[in-house]
Amino acid sequence: MSQPPSITLHVPEGTESDGQELSPDNERALHTSFHQLILEQSSLIEAGLELELQERSRGKALQPQPEQGEEHPSYSSASLQILASMPSRTIGRSLGAVISQYCNRTARLRSRPPLQQLCRAARPSLRQYGLDTDPAGATLQEKRRLLVKELLSLSPSQCSHMLLTMPLSLAEKRILRGAPWGSVAGSSPTALPVLLSQGCRGLWYRLLSLLRTAQPWHYALKQIGGRFGSSVLSYFLFLKTLLMLNFFSFFILLAFVVVVQAVYPSAPVSPQPFTGLELLTGAGSFTHSLLYYGYYSNVTLNDPCSSSPKGSECPLTAPPLPYNLPLAYLFSVGVSFLVTCILLVYSVSHSFRESVGSSTGVLAIKVFCAWDFKVMQKRSVKLQCQNICTQLKELLVEQRCRSRSQSRLQCLGHCLVVLLAWLLALGSASGCVLALHRFSEHMHTELQAQGSDRWQQEAVLLVLPLVVSLLNALMPHLYNLLAMWEKQDSPVTQVSVAIVRNLILKMMVLSLLCYQWLSRSVICSTEECWETCVGQDLYRFTVMDFIFTLLDTLFGELIWRLILEKRLKTKQRPEFDIARNVLELMYGQTLTWLGILFAPLLPAVQMLKLLLLFYIKKTSLMRNCQSPSKPWQASRMSTVFITLLCFPSFLGAAAFLSYTIWSVQPSETCGPFRGLETIYKSGKRWVLVLEKSNPNITWFAWVYQHLLENAGLQFFMSVGLIAVIYFNIQVVRGRQKVICLLQEQIANEGQDKVFLIQKLHSVYEQRQRRS
Amino acid sequence: MGNKQTIFTQEQLDAYQDCTFFTRKEILRLFYRYRDLAPQLVPLDYSASPAVTLPYELIGSMPELKDNPFRQRIAEVFSEHGDGNMTLDDFLDMFSVLSEMAPRDLKAYYAFKIYDYNNDDYICKSDLEKTVNKLTRNELTPEEVSLVCEKVIYEADVDNDGKLSLADFQHMIVRAPDFLRYLVSLITTTEQEKTLPQRTNI
Repeated sequence: MSQPPSITLHVPEGTESDGQELSPDNERALHTSFHQLILEQSSLIEAGLELELQERSRGKALQPQPEQGEEHPSYSSASLQILASMPSRTIGRSLGAVISQYCNRTARLRSRPPLQQLCRAARPSLRQYGLDTDPAGATLQEKRRLLVKELLSLSPSQCSHMLLTMPLSLAEKRILRGAPWGSVAGSSPTALPVLLSQGCRGLWYRLLSLLRTAQPWHYALKQIGGRFGSSVLSYFLFLKTLLMLNFFSFFILLAFVVVVQAVYPSAPVSPQPFTGLELLTGAGSFTHSLLYYGYYSNVTLNDPCSSSPKGSECPLTAPPLPYNLPLAYLFSVGVSFLVTCILLVYSVSHSFRESVGSSTGVLAIKVFCAWDFKVMQKRSVKLQCQNICTQLKELLVEQRCRSRSQSRLQCLGHCLVVLLAWLLALGSASGCVLALHRFSEHMHTELQAQGSDRWQQEAVLLVLPLVVSLLNALMPHLYNLLAMWEKQDSPVTQVSVAIVRNLILKMMVLSLLCYQWLSRSVICSTEECWETCVGQDLYRFTVMDFIFTLLDTLFGELIWRLILEKRLKTKQRPEFDIARNVLELMYGQTLTWLGILFAPLLPAVQMLKLLLLFYIKKTSLMRNCQSPSKPWQASRMSTVFITLLCFPSFLGAAAFLSYTIWSVQPSETCGPFRGLETIYKSGKRWVLVLEKSNPNITWFAWVYQHLLENAGLQFFMSVGLIAVIYFNIQVVRGRQKVICLLQEQIANEGQDKVFLIQKLHSVYEQRQRRS
Repeated sequence: MGNKQTIFTQEQLDAYQDCTFFTRKEILRLFYRYRDLAPQLVPLDYSASPAVTLPYELIGSMPELKDNPFRQRIAEVFSEHGDGNMTLDDFLDMFSVLSEMAPRDLKAYYAFKIYDYNNDDYICKSDLEKTVNKLTRNELTPEEVSLVCEKVIYEADVDNDGKLSLADFQHMIVRAPDFLRYLVSLITTTEQEKTLPQRTNI
């Protein structure tokens, strides 16, 4: 950004409030602001001199910076006084501006080490310049008194926030904090509000400490972060987020559906004996249990009339709190999805805010913000140094490469390779999906043709989940091979491309399975209670996914490390592949969300799975793995993962659920929605019943009919939402333009200042020489 | 909590809680960590505010700082006289700023001071060269280091004076999403913390 100083003169803006009268209080502020200005100017003059010298003699080395605190001998006090009275510098005269500078911009008050140290003091604003005749100690006391007065004028919460965020030393803060109760303020503040606020603060601190100790796995996460850094830690934090989401869904369903049904059990079918295979297949004795949709009844639970046949008179009175289970089921599923949606959108926006960064200034950010202070172990520190070294070298090479233009042929060749690799990836994914479809059809016909040996049947049911999990485990390795052949330039692109390909594969497989479940063409076509069948299928998929993750950890990490150590005798250890593991977690979570309607206890199964996974992965990580050698922008990747969880994963599951509720006919003989046209009709039926029973609430039915069901209103709401989003985008763009313009202005101002100071100095010098 | 402790008076503890981001329990734990560095120098009774300063060598031997290439600068920045010897106040202040609760501006200010080796309130090219060498353990060639420093100043210097002021630094930090996450040194956790110094490096 260094340019030769421009000659154009920039007229400074008018002064602020010259008309305001100066009070004795302001004099102090005035002097202080003068000191700051004078010192800023002197440092600028030095910079200006350097620039001039640079211009005049290119070959000469830069002058070393003179020691701070020394007076610049060549500048007369006259020129300095002129500088100090520059219009843009007399803002300090205004009382309002001074107070705002004290209160809002804490730049004046930053002093570390404390104010006594002159030669190594912190900021130009507090250095004592020779013009001031007051002894140093008095000025310090005056400053403190002013600051304490300002702090007293703030509310207690603002005061404590200010105290916490001021970059002063702890000793200084304690002095400032202790002062109000000392002799500074004439009268001590009234006891009662002070005691109350102190008591509240004590309670608040106790609550905070309780919350912090109650955080699960705090020490384990610190261990992982200390050894492997923030990148691997992001995987475990993602796992924790998923656990929290599942906990909320599970809690809602448990409270409103499962427990209630358990208290009023439906008519028991002959129970099958429990064999171990149920844990794997979810069938057998689990079929008619709380785990699946089929168990839940379709009546008002505590209504004694419900068991009597329809149409007959019921002498008993209606219960005081009728609990309509179908409605509770529908609403619980809906509310759990809504809560998950809100939490996800909040997480996405929160992490998006943190991770938005521009592409300029990459090298500066790498130098200043790449060191992870959490890392403690010696070897990890060494690895981090190596990582940063590699990244800096890569960035330098990249910047050099950008200037070098690639030959056209090379470019074309590279494009062709990339295109081919993508075609291969997509082609293999489609091929896998088609093969899966054929395979499931084949399995189904075989199942029907087989004898009715229960064991064999149930074992055969496990084959499809096994094949899907196998595909999910093996295809990423194929994609890694493709990536090696492709040879992308930047490692970040490599990771992104790998993630996208894996995601496409998983989404295609899940879409096929959803289509099969809903169309019941292959799976569950013979079952009466197809929802239970689908729920069982999802349970099997979840369990099989867990088993394969365990096997992958075992083979990919433990056995691979043993091979590397014993056979190949290298010190290298397998790396923890963050992207692949996070995608696996996302896949498992999508399965859970798909299955909530059909198996209300599936979130509990998923929670158990995640808990076990945490400990197993952590143990394997600590014993077998080394920190990743590829660069990993932890914030950005966390944002990417949570966004991927929200958009393809959650949105897909929500779409599947909506379609099931709106358009699919539930089975006739089981579940809470038996006999209805669609599940959605139960809601409509309830509104009609409500209208009939209580004529005062017709407004609710009216709202339901005309607002919620009205397509026109929903259209207008969508249009309004899009308009708001567009407006916000335009505002952001406008602000970015303003930022660019302001940056240019700052640069120009700096150059103009330097030029003017030089001119001023030369004028005075000439005058001195003449006299 | 109601645990009786005789190290600090209640006012001192309240002052510490108001001026740092730590709770009572964490402050006591930090005190024990401070004391563990030199049990014979640090008394168990701080109610009279004794003026005890631990030398830099002890501070630099803590597991959280031992292998950090910037440990000397960190100790110098937070110490009272800029020499690395820390009182309990300095110690608490250091970990308070390095904790997860400290806001970005505060961390940016202290990060700036850490990287400013000659304490002149500007990160000039020599400061940058020292930083880069510390980061990479002198593995880059001098030309590469020089090139990196020039590019960094080119990217981050807004007011065109050839060095980075605090304003330039903060402006750049705003665009760094990982800054808050990385400038964190976790010290206070559970009782298992006490076994941490004995862990050997793998």
